[in-house]
Amino acid sequence: MADTIATNADHHEEHPTGWVRWVYSTNHKDIGTLYLIFAVFAGLVGGFFSFLMRWELAEPGVQVLTALTGDNADAAYHLFNVLVTAHGLIMVFFMVMPAMIGGFGNWFVPIMIGAPDMAFPRMNNVSFWLLPPAFMLLFLSMFVEGPAGFNGVGGGWTMYAPLSTKGAPGPAVDLAILSLHVAGASSILGAVNFITTIFNMRAPGMTLHKMPLFAWAVLITAFLLLLSLPVLAGAITMLLTDRNFGTAFFDPAGGGDPILFQHLFWFFGHPEVYILILPGFGIVSHIISTFSRKPIFGYLGMVYAMVAIGFIGFIVWAHHMYTVGLDVDVKAYFVAATMVIAVPTGVKIFSWIATMWGGSIRFTTPMLFSIGFIALFTIGGVTGVVLSNAGADQAMHDTYYVVAHFHYVLSLGAVFAIFAGFYYWIGKMSGRQYPELWGKIHFWVMFIGVNLIFFPQHFLGLQGMPRRYVDYPDQYEYYNYISSVGALITLLSVVIFMFVVWRTLRAGEKCPDNPWGEGATTLEWTLSSPPPFHQFNDLPRIK
Amino acid sequence: MKKALSAAATFFTGLFCLTAATLADDGVGKPVDGGITFQGSVTETMDRITDFHDGILMPIITVITIFVLGLIGYVMFRFREKANPTPSKTTHNIFIEVVWTVVPIVILVIIGIPSFRLLYFQDVVPEADMVIQATGNQWYWTYEYIGEDGLMYDSTMVPSAYWDKGNESDLAEAKAGIQRMIGNNKDFEMQRLLETDTRVVVPVDTTVKLIVTASDVLHAWTIPSFGIKIDAVPGRANETWFKAREVGTYYGQCSELCGPYHAFMPIAVEVVSKADYQQWLARAKTIYASNSQPANSRLAVAQ
Repeated sequence: MADTIATNADHHEEHPTGWVRWVYSTNHKDIGTLYLIFAVFAGLVGGFFSFLMRWELAEPGVQVLTALTGDNADAAYHLFNVLVTAHGLIMVFFMVMPAMIGGFGNWFVPIMIGAPDMAFPRMNNVSFWLLPPAFMLLFLSMFVEGPAGFNGVGGGWTMYAPLSTKGAPGPAVDLAILSLHVAGASSILGAVNFITTIFNMRAPGMTLHKMPLFAWAVLITAFLLLLSLPVLAGAITMLLTDRNFGTAFFDPAGGGDPILFQHLFWFFGHPEVYILILPGFGIVSHIISTFSRKPIFGYLGMVYAMVAIGFIGFIVWAHHMYTVGLDVDVKAYFVAATMVIAVPTGVKIFSWIATMWGGSIRFTTPMLFSIGFIALFTIGGVTGVVLSNAGADQAMHDTYYVVAHFHYVLSLGAVFAIFAGFYYWIGKMSGRQYPELWGKIHFWVMFIGVNLIFFPQHFLGLQGMPRRYVDYPDQYEYYNYISSVGALITLLSVVIFMFVVWRTLRAGEKCPDNPWGEGATTLEWTLSSPPPFHQFNDLPRIK
Repeated sequence: MKKALSAAATFFTGLFCLTAATLADDGVGKPVDGGITFQGSVTETMDRITDFHDGILMPIITVITIFVLGLIGYVMFRFREKANPTPSKTTHNIFIEVVWTVVPIVILVIIGIPSFRLLYFQDVVPEADMVIQATGNQWYWTYEYIGEDGLMYDSTMVPSAYWDKGNESDLAEAKAGIQRMIGNNKDFEMQRLLETDTRVVVPVDTTVKLIVTASDVLHAWTIPSFGIKIDAVPGRANETWFKAREVGTYYGQCSELCGPYHAFMPIAVEVVSKADYQQWLARAKTIYASNSQPANSRLAVAQ
């Protein structure tokens, strides 16, 4: 025993090589890297699906998807719904969550709190390796029967019963449900790991109120995951037994109620959207502070705004269900509760601006993405306030206005935060710095592209265009066409991003320990780039 | 404050009407090319939604967005590295933090009061003059006039293929069928993906209570110009109401994902004068009371 310890101490830089290093990995940085690679891959698949949808919607009529179904128009209609469903599930469960929590969370939470690794390294490995099979299950579901005569799940990421029970008797929905079970288990394990790590493994002197905001964001996110995912697991298990074992939780003929599924789903679903955005809040806070060369403004306010958002996130779920026939007093409650979210969100927006106020701002690529994030999140936020009014929502519910709203906060919010984090940390993670000019080109092309996609969708929604439509009345053509042009520009920006990744990893300049200067104060910048395989063998002391 | 608000409301509403007017033909009952506002309103509910949105919500969120974007722009310019090489070390300021917590609360209260008023207006069903039940099916609607001797019929979309070249005669025939159904020879332009073989016929200036349910999966019944949208849920009877004040045709589209043909089960309501309605009702009872509509019309969904 003593020998083993001595050997480990002597060779602590040694690590397994080849596939063993990755498949058997218990190292938080290697696992973080795996998550990031997985997220990029899933993002390309989910992004490709959305591009297909926009291509189809560029003109009235159905002409693009029919090319994929051998001129079978009926199959094309269903394929559109399958793309809608897969795009949603992939982006939520296999792109944003793995990138933010699994990727950046794994990489930087232990380092930021001064820990050598995660609390449960082996469980960390399981968390990651559950994801590829989950993704495979979802992917497989696209090739087996869903509704009679059609392949794949076309019920949307919300999987509302009875369309997902009686409406789709084939095994595709079962595969998708199992996929979510596995992905959910992965996330719950990850959440347990982060909570334990953050509570128990902070370096001496790193009190909770000194902890960097990204670690706080991941901590709150982990609690949301831990509390909400079991509800989803329960709901989709009930779906599974309704489908296969004769129960009738959601079937009125057996005393059940389809609306019960919606309550359960959104009790998970609403916290889920904050799960997607909270880590982004953390990332953006660090970047704004770094490139303004100023400490974060109102640190405690920022922390407790996130705590408040996380808490309120659990008590507003039925604002997704204003048209299901809720009692008017119930709606009134959910209107009031939902509006309250605007307050802590406002605190965050203003605190970021106040952090920049009086600063000495450098406009690097991560800073551009972060400022873009604040601007676009503000737009998505105010349309959220509009939608929170049940009275007005009656006109906008299930229209493109909603699509525009949640893509402004997620596609332009969360995804911009992910890109900001990528540019901020890629030098640290890979040891190679990205090309600044190409990063900025990526930002501007993407900024124009996504705004062109989603801003006109507000108009479509106000005019009444319902979402999840494969074809639309000809009057909606103008803004649909503009939106699709935006998708093409965004596709170009993705190509530029892939080029940046390739350039960085292949020919990027060597990145110093701290490329950002005195504004970068968190512990990752005290380590080499890339950091050693094991860091903090002697724990840092925080003053 | 109130004065300023209503002035702002007038300004923004005017701006929107102006934009809408330049883009639109009429925009009531159906979308217009390149439209960017709500469809025109013919019920008090939609009047109130439009006023609330265009007069209160839009001005407030526009001002907030411009304010925040302006702040960001100012900060980016004023505190760029060149202009301000030495950063300040300020980390908090209790006063400003209280301000940016309290001011949003005040704004939310300003939004909240009319919001609740609107909600309770539209959600409390007044005494109804007539009752229609709408049942969502994959993929057509069934309408039953309650208390009218079982008057009941299906409403299925006119296939999109009729608009293709060479199918002009099909389209003309479908149009003649609709004219026969509603019992007048009014000329109108057939709307692709909005037109149904039968329409819901209701009298003008009459409070209609609508009971909405579904036979298979979820659907949602909506007419944007009426300002109503309500889910059709199997095993539930949801209630809503409307009172249209203008004769005309009003279209809506199924608004809850219901399967492959979700985009192809629109809703068309024909509002007619009270006298015309009585005539129509008498005639319709003889045609539809036994629900003699050929079953195969249900299959003619979207080609």
